[in-house]
Amino acid sequence: MSVTVLVVDDSKLARIVVGKTVSVLQPDWKKVEAGNADEAQALLAAGGIDLAILDYNMPGKNGLELAQDIRNSYPNMPIAVATANIQDEIIAQARAMSATFIPKPINEDGLRGFLSGAALRLRAKG
Amino acid sequence: MNDVISLDELEHDALTELVNIGVSRAAASLRNMVGEQVTLSVPSVDVVTREAAATLIGERESDELVAVRQDFNGAFSGRAMLIFPQTNSMALVRAVTGEGFSDDEAQALEQEALAETGNVVLNGCLATMANMLRRPLSMSLPQVVRGDGKTFFELGHPSADAGVVLFLYINFTISGRDIRGYIAMLMDLPSIEALKQLIGEFISRVMGADDLGQLT
Repeated sequence: MSVTVLVVDDSKLARIVVGKTVSVLQPDWKKVEAGNADEAQALLAAGGIDLAILDYNMPGKNGLELAQDIRNSYPNMPIAVATANIQDEIIAQARAMSATFIPKPINEDGLRGFLSGAALRLRAKG
Repeated sequence: MNDVISLDELEHDALTELVNIGVSRAAASLRNMVGEQVTLSVPSVDVVTREAAATLIGERESDELVAVRQDFNGAFSGRAMLIFPQTNSMALVRAVTGEGFSDDEAQALEQEALAETGNVVLNGCLATMANMLRRPLSMSLPQVVRGDGKTFFELGHPSADAGVVLFLYINFTISGRDIRGYIAMLMDLPSIEALKQLIGEFISRVMGADDLGQLT
């Protein structure tokens, strides 16, 4: 089964870094990118997305608001929210909607746990 | 005026992301000091005249402002500031010191509490950026100043840069406390050139130099 990961970040550089890191950890996965929540929703509506990695601080809807929208439509999709903003409230909100918190800057160590957990859940689902 | 250094799209993007990460960490430290969530805007990064930078803050604020400022020096130099309306000052001091002080005691602590808050926020932000750019920065002691945008944006050492500066700023609010303000950074022309170089190295590092050709 081919897996497609949605990367949402207003920074092009950050999207490239996330994409590269995903490629190292899961070389077979496909990546699609969005620069904001609206673009992300359009890609999700088009279908075929298995998991999402969202930046927190973006113009328009932030990553937690987008995560909530995605969670409402896709109750089982693995979602990660990436930020250097490690405030208790932000981590708690991510947890409350079963989203994984990933520290920025993104690196392999930070992303590994989320990706392998997501891979297991997607495989179990078939 | 083409001799003014500007940042290309990817450099601008990278700098915004660096500032975002720095300020986000600093916000987490501030959250621990005040015990309430701190909300940030997306950073704004522009090369503007010094007057335009002062006006940007000045025209949004009719009241007197208070700022904690720290100058930084290293591969690039400039000034970082935590700015908020004077009317928010005591609320911030109260948030930081807790409720155990009388009005007079809190008043007496104002200067010190502001300086310490600025120190934590600005150092957190600059240290994160310095680490990511792999260049050390030294920071001056925090200074509390009062006045308007113009007072804050005059650098100590005027240079022949036609008044052009790199200006970064972020709005913050502290929920439940009715406190808001700005984190701002100002760098003059020689620093923009040095920073541009370091951002280039940073981009190569995080992307792998071999991929750079595909980007334009």
